[in-house]
Amino acid sequence: MIAGYMDKKPVIEITGLTKSFGSHQVLNGFNMKLYESETLVIMGKSGSGKSIMIKCLIGLETHDSGTITIMNKNLDKVNEDEMMDLRTEVGFLFQGSALYDSMTVRENLEFPLRRHTKKFGNIEDATSLVMEVLKSVGLEQAIDLMPEELSGGMKRRIALARTLILRPKIILYDEPTTGLDPITSKEIVLLMKSIQQEYKTSSIVITHDVDCARFIADRMILLVDGINYAEGTFSELFSSEDPKVKAFFKS
Amino acid sequence: MGVEGFIRSGLKDFLIEVAELSIFAGRFFKEAFRRPFEFKEFLRQCYNMGNRSLLLVGVTGFIIGLVFTLQSRPKMMELGASAWIPSMVGISIIREIGPIITALICAGRIGSGIGAELGSMRVTEQIDAMEVSGTNPFKYLVVTRILATTLMIPLLVLMSDAIALAGSFMIENIKGDVSFRLYFENVNSSLTFGDFLPSTIKTFLFGFAIGLVGCFKGYYCKHGTAGVGVAANSAVVEASMLLFVLDFVAVLLTDIFYDL
Ligand SMILES: Nc1ncnc2c1ncn2[C@@H]1O[C@H](COP(=O)(O)OP(=O)(O)O)[C@@H](O)[C@H]1O
Ligand SMILES: [Mg+2]
Repeated sequence: MIAGYMDKKPVIEITGLTKSFGSHQVLNGFNMKLYESETLVIMGKSGSGKSIMIKCLIGLETHDSGTITIMNKNLDKVNEDEMMDLRTEVGFLFQGSALYDSMTVRENLEFPLRRHTKKFGNIEDATSLVMEVLKSVGLEQAIDLMPEELSGGMKRRIALARTLILRPKIILYDEPTTGLDPITSKEIVLLMKSIQQEYKTSSIVITHDVDCARFIADRMILLVDGINYAEGTFSELFSSEDPKVKAFFKS
Repeated sequence: MGVEGFIRSGLKDFLIEVAELSIFAGRFFKEAFRRPFEFKEFLRQCYNMGNRSLLLVGVTGFIIGLVFTLQSRPKMMELGASAWIPSMVGISIIREIGPIITALICAGRIGSGIGAELGSMRVTEQIDAMEVSGTNPFKYLVVTRILATTLMIPLLVLMSDAIALAGSFMIENIKGDVSFRLYFENVNSSLTFGDFLPSTIKTFLFGFAIGLVGCFKGYYCKHGTAGVGVAANSAVVEASMLLFVLDFVAVLLTDIFYDL
């Protein structure tokens, strides 16, 4: 364990998570802790269950057994309203951006606000909030465009802005750089870092991108065979002698 | 697999499908009465559906009126019953042809559209994104669409009926020199409330069925590139089948009711 972490409180704690589809056991006792204001990178082969794991975390998938605790609330014990409240605290950046393609950028960003007047009071004019997050991702000029008019990198940025508009304390990134060219990937990673500093969020980043992991990870977990196979800082894992760990870093 | 096995597995799939669709319908009724009601999205859907089907339904209705009258005219003349053409055409269109043809066209136009739209939203995780951002996607996407089809299909049928009668009148006017007033007095005198009411109630059921099947197929769309196409296609096929079943049941019930 890395010095200084022991006395911090975890904001997310997963113990013994299992999930299977029919006879296919995807997660097989996965454990994880996310501490306040850290960036945890999770790496794993494609199809190893990374997306399923964070979808269980946010209640989009049900898990078979194990416990998930987010900010001291056990997911198995919260009711629908509490779950909705919890979701304002946890932002999710989807693998393919998942922008609503029948809405403009502005409508996309306003959408999460419509149900969360509780957290923000009654919002008469959401424009200032929208402009603020657009500024954070550097795309103020895109406000009236449709998603189909945006490039892949811009979509990712708008999706990130849509996540930020609820001021989440935790952000989950599902493969934020997959499908982007190296230069755009680099921009997105830099943006994630600056968001991290500006909004003081704790994050889980799922990626196969070694450069992204090197740059952004405070701590890493390798998901292999449905469990947290190895943990540590980037340099600890990078210099590991374990062949399964080494496989992630040679290219 | 022998014939028996084939029938057995087909029957099993059919029953599972019916059960799942019923559960989906049950969820609709549960969520439809819970606040908040997504009124703006409902209106937007009504507008889109009307806007996208108006021309299609109008043109087909008009042609049906024309063709139906043209086809039956010679026989009716031969029987010396040409004066009955407006009544006959009016009753057939309002009781049966208008509702079923319009509903089938809307199953193709609106039902497949809903299947494809929700299907692609499912596949690209837009439905998950809604859920995560605290909006109930079932209420926002499904309830509004089913209510919209339930309201709009009857309106489209009414419009189609009117246009079909106008088409029929045009032929009568050109070929038989029947005046507008005579034609519609003729239609009016032969139509009773009993012709009108059951066929209108039926159209609400048709609308509900089209919305329900389209949403069901789209909402549970399988992942992968083929999924969206399958969702759109099966929405049309199953909705069309369901329309005929509903039509049969409605006619049967009406018949029993009038015998009492
Ligand atoms: N709805 C589902 N039904 C059956 N299998 C699924 C489903 N969703 C995911 N899987 C399986 O779970 C495994 C993990 O998927 P996923 O978490 O998306 O992988 P990744 O690590 O690439 O994000 C995959 O092998 C996939 O086939
Ligand atoms: Mg994934």
